[in-house]
Amino acid sequence: MLNQNLKLNPDLFNLSAIKKIPIRDGYGKGLVIAGEQNKNVVVLCADLTESTKSLWFKEKFPDRFIEVGVAEQNLVTVAAGLANYGKIPFISSYAVFSPGRNWEQIRTTVCYNDVPVKLGGAHAGVSVGPDGGTHQALEDIAIMRVLPNMIVLSPCDWLEARKATVAAAFNGKPTYIRLAREATPVITSEESPFEIGKAYIYWDSGNDAAIIATGSLVYNALLAAKQLDEENVKVKVINLPTVKPLDEVVLLEAIRSTRAVVTVEEHQINGGLGGAIAELCVKNSPVPIEFVGINDKFGQSGSPEELIEFYEIGTSSIKEAVKRVIKRK
Amino acid sequence: MNPFNYNEEQLKITANTIRQDIIQMLLRAGSGHSAGSLGMVDVFTALYFHILNHDPKNPEWPERDRLILSNGHICPARYAAMAHAGYFPIEELLTLRKLNSRLQGHPHRTSLPGLETTSGPLGSGLSQACGIAVGAKMDKKKFRIYCLMSDGEHDSGNTWEAVMFASKYRLNNLTVIIDRNNIQIDGYTEEVMPLEPLDKKYRSFNWHTLHIDGHNFREIIDACEHAKAVFEKPTAIIAHTIPGKDIDFMEFQYEWHGKPPNQEEAKRALDQLRTLGGKIQSEHQ
Repeated sequence: MLNQNLKLNPDLFNLSAIKKIPIRDGYGKGLVIAGEQNKNVVVLCADLTESTKSLWFKEKFPDRFIEVGVAEQNLVTVAAGLANYGKIPFISSYAVFSPGRNWEQIRTTVCYNDVPVKLGGAHAGVSVGPDGGTHQALEDIAIMRVLPNMIVLSPCDWLEARKATVAAAFNGKPTYIRLAREATPVITSEESPFEIGKAYIYWDSGNDAAIIATGSLVYNALLAAKQLDEENVKVKVINLPTVKPLDEVVLLEAIRSTRAVVTVEEHQINGGLGGAIAELCVKNSPVPIEFVGINDKFGQSGSPEELIEFYEIGTSSIKEAVKRVIKRK
Repeated sequence: MNPFNYNEEQLKITANTIRQDIIQMLLRAGSGHSAGSLGMVDVFTALYFHILNHDPKNPEWPERDRLILSNGHICPARYAAMAHAGYFPIEELLTLRKLNSRLQGHPHRTSLPGLETTSGPLGSGLSQACGIAVGAKMDKKKFRIYCLMSDGEHDSGNTWEAVMFASKYRLNNLTVIIDRNNIQIDGYTEEVMPLEPLDKKYRSFNWHTLHIDGHNFREIIDACEHAKAVFEKPTAIIAHTIPGKDIDFMEFQYEWHGKPPNQEEAKRALDQLRTLGGKIQSEHQ
């Protein structure tokens, strides 16, 4: 059953009524709220101001917006200098370029330097669609979560992205926020809790398996859980908006009570959420795991729906993975 | 105000002492970068003991001038200058590159107060200096930002991204000093990847440029003063330096870019420094 305490969207399973809003919109709104709350918040962009929704901040605070052009290495290193001086810089680009192209600069001048630069990585996942494989970031979680000092956030809808962006502004740490492009069903409400470092059990109908999902596919995980429930398969669904650090208490309790795990992400399984959960399980509670994610491939052009189907990361693939993992118990 | 405000004679003596410390540090460490460190001693000495507005006892003072070292591998020169300026005990210099030392092989900001940034990977220092400069401008701060760069790191794209940025945002609070010693690890800069005409490149990016002798204290100080008077753009001072300066068997030799002296070489180097190249008698002889 849906966790009533979390005040999720009551229209969650009403497919015709549920609102769909791009996750990146939450980032844009969050930037404005953070900017209103603290004048030290500044935003830098690398020629993608509209599509990363940094435009809303630029319009409101033009003197605190910095355009660096198509120069992602400069984007992050200028931000490192700003953070070093005392500002709270957010840098916006597509995730393939930032943190993709500028990884070493992030490592040295943000993480090892330990200054609180916030990275918004838009257009993550295959659901970017027609732009194709060059623009679909599928490796960003892996390359960010491996860095000491880095916090990795992957919100499930625009509201959670907004809350994550505001929280990131004031956590004093290097922080990566992963953002999907497409309109995504609104799962949460204004009242739903969000705290960096917390995992949330969104659905709980029993202990057959635990589905641990992050980002836009949390919705598909919930649909899968509901359909499985109707087939008398009783699972939990955990929304994991913080991929690093993991909420080990909530996760391990769910892992130990179900003894079967399915991870769900719009990202490479290698090194992503699947990798992170596998590490956690192996160290603490080895149980069978099935991974729903991109299996060592690049993306390609297509509609988001076609691509989710093609790469076997949608609702039916999640259900199949749950059935497989239960057989392995 | 600079807390020392040394005259040229005092700067020369201090620079000589710092060069001796660098030889001892590199000998003890058994690895590290000799040529660039020795070549930039006069610039570091001029900055810490005459130019910078800083307070060694309060390294986080918000109004301090910022000194960003982009080519972090020449940090032995910075460490030695900082120790003599009173940032930390001089004895600590001999911990360079040792386990748990605050004096990491390349500078690590959070290890040692006063370093300003973590650096070493080339090409990223100027843009960090630009970030500090643009932030300072937003807040109408008066302090200046000095960025020391190598010539070799002008091979890197990140450097030129920052050169464009500084020009766009008219960062007149930023002074860059380029260590033009013509060497890098693989050889002479003009053979590895030709940089000339470096001054014209900067001018075409709308910077103010100057050439100085990087071992002439008067010229170093005057150029930094001159840069303060340039209102509409950032300034790049191309400091012509001799890698391995004052050690005859190291000068101009790119082979000394990335290696330390052995015991025998260190002794010869220290003798040369203590006798000012044979001009005076050393009590150590």
